[in-house]
Amino acid sequence: MSKAALRMFSGRTFVIGVPYAFLLVFFMVPFLAVLAISFADPRMGVPPYTPIAQWQDGALHLSMSIQHFVAVITDPLYVGAYAYSVEIALATTLLCLLIGYPACYLIARSDPAWRNLLLMAVMLPFWTSYLIRVYAWIGLLKTQGLINGFLLWLHVIHEPFKLYHNNWGLMIGMVYNYLPYLMLPLYAHLVKMDMSLVEAASVLGAKPWQAFLTVTLPLSRRGIIASCLLVFIPAVGEYVIPELLGGSNSLMIGRVMWDGFFVNTDWPTAAAATAAMVVILLLPIAWFQRIQQREVALPHDFARLPGQEAAS
Amino acid sequence: MNEATRPQRPPLAQTAADFVQLVDVVKRYGEAVAVNRVSLSIRKNEMFALLGSSGCGKSTLLRLMAGLASPDAGRIFVDGEDVTALPPYRRPVSMMFQSYALFPHMSVENNVAYGLRRDSVAKNEMRQRVAAALDLVQMGKYAQRKPHQLSGGQQQRVALARSLVKRPKLLLLDEPMSALDKKIRQETQFELGNILYDVGVTCILVTHDQEEAMTMADRLALMDDGRILQVGTPGEVYESPSCRFAAEFIGSTNLFTGELEADSSRRFRCPHLEVPLEVPHAMNARRGHAAQISVRPERIAMGFRKPEQECNWTAGKIEQYAYMGSYTLYYVRLASGRLLAVDISRMGVHALERAPDYCDTVYLSWGAESLVVLEK
Repeated sequence: MSKAALRMFSGRTFVIGVPYAFLLVFFMVPFLAVLAISFADPRMGVPPYTPIAQWQDGALHLSMSIQHFVAVITDPLYVGAYAYSVEIALATTLLCLLIGYPACYLIARSDPAWRNLLLMAVMLPFWTSYLIRVYAWIGLLKTQGLINGFLLWLHVIHEPFKLYHNNWGLMIGMVYNYLPYLMLPLYAHLVKMDMSLVEAASVLGAKPWQAFLTVTLPLSRRGIIASCLLVFIPAVGEYVIPELLGGSNSLMIGRVMWDGFFVNTDWPTAAAATAAMVVILLLPIAWFQRIQQREVALPHDFARLPGQEAAS
Repeated sequence: MNEATRPQRPPLAQTAADFVQLVDVVKRYGEAVAVNRVSLSIRKNEMFALLGSSGCGKSTLLRLMAGLASPDAGRIFVDGEDVTALPPYRRPVSMMFQSYALFPHMSVENNVAYGLRRDSVAKNEMRQRVAAALDLVQMGKYAQRKPHQLSGGQQQRVALARSLVKRPKLLLLDEPMSALDKKIRQETQFELGNILYDVGVTCILVTHDQEEAMTMADRLALMDDGRILQVGTPGEVYESPSCRFAAEFIGSTNLFTGELEADSSRRFRCPHLEVPLEVPHAMNARRGHAAQISVRPERIAMGFRKPEQECNWTAGKIEQYAYMGSYTLYYVRLASGRLLAVDISRMGVHALERAPDYCDTVYLSWGAESLVVLEK
């Protein structure tokens, strides 16, 4: 190997290594700590759990309790919270996709001069703090809020809608917050798509909707899956939006974990709930990876062939 | 549409010569006029080439015929039918894209069947027609492959099968060779030409490569700046270019600027030549009329003795030469300083008493029939 290649190799290792090292230290290690706690038993004191391994009288005592995992998968509170979280996350993902896909499609097909402006509008919410935006929704949604006030003023309704502290508020907040996370990767995927494929379908006799269903949609599948995962995974564990906009009965897993750690001070059960959630989230990721692997042999997916620059 | 309600001039009589007709077609993009009042008639089963450099409007013209863009003015007829307002999926027109635009998520077979599926062709017939189309381009055994598993030439043949399987009345080819390696390009030109000839489909081919146009096309239209400058067979356009652009774009040429002499309607006086140029036909112009006169390098003869003829000769020193195999290209510097390109065939060099060399003084001569007068 030449010196230059060696230098490039080490440079590459460094560039790839830094984020991995970061993830190892700040994600993998804490997760393993949480996993370890999930096998301990609660007790009064600091820390509020028994050690898994201790040295006593010349013997190593290992005590791993799996009762918290049993509790998590049998207790209706946890099962219900998981089911509800997944349900809300799925509904959020679906609504984001229904709103986001057509929007991305139109942005990707619009005049390049307009594209960046439209894309900017999608990213604009990121310029304000997440928490402030969620609080702002309270002002919009509450009974005396702007939306109800406006509708009452228009005489469209005679009684204020209850949009706040129930599933309406929760879903509005979730879709609002997660929409950009779906749109940005999906847009990046759609804008790369070779328009001549759609034109070819059209010339071959496909009406616009047929071209969409047979060419555009199948070719955007990977973009759809990737961007849906980007919404679904954090949406399952969402804590702030259900807390501020959702109803008191909307117990999502994020709230359950919070309560477990900080209200009941039952760290082992909360840790088990956390570890179980990671497993729930790993399933869709693993599924996506499998699809990616299967299609990895598609190098030209959207890549334009050489010599394709518009000639005139 | 009723004949009487057509706003533009009525379509010309429907004959084999007018199978595809463009009448005063205009396409603007903002201020720029991409296609400027183009009218064309293309014969049935003809292979027609639109030739021009990049940005001349030829691809836009092709997209207008496919229906992928709509003209700002003018009409387009295919086999007597006014298709101007039809969307691409209703036109009896097919197109092979420059990138081939094969659907990457479909097998070769499904790519070819795509158009038939849209027409709800019966399963059995579809299978037969797909197989026949793939056999035509010798791609039958690759039916189950995905496009990315094929070479460029194979992809091109699949794209061709896909555009032919619907039996279009008109096939449009957008730079069909540009994505291929130079090596296989020439071979493919003949192969593609043969397939299209056997199928007997009317073709319009867009290319910037004059060799490709001359190899493949029965007739060609030379385009520049959104206009058609000349239409004719490759021979006609090469031998009698209508303008300076045509003379220079197709092949290379020597151009002289001349003024018509007072006492002759055939003789031009050129500042760079000692003797006048005598053109083959009498000019219907006044004395002093200025024109460009073209003579192709291979039309010039070279010798060591002063030619007998009164006109159409000059003398100079060989400044450069390049052995090109079947001919030798000489650059000859005239006394006036003008440089002329002269192609002498192998036979022509052998006919001389010795091979011309650097700094040799040679006489150059040509017949009147070799001169083409270009207006402007």
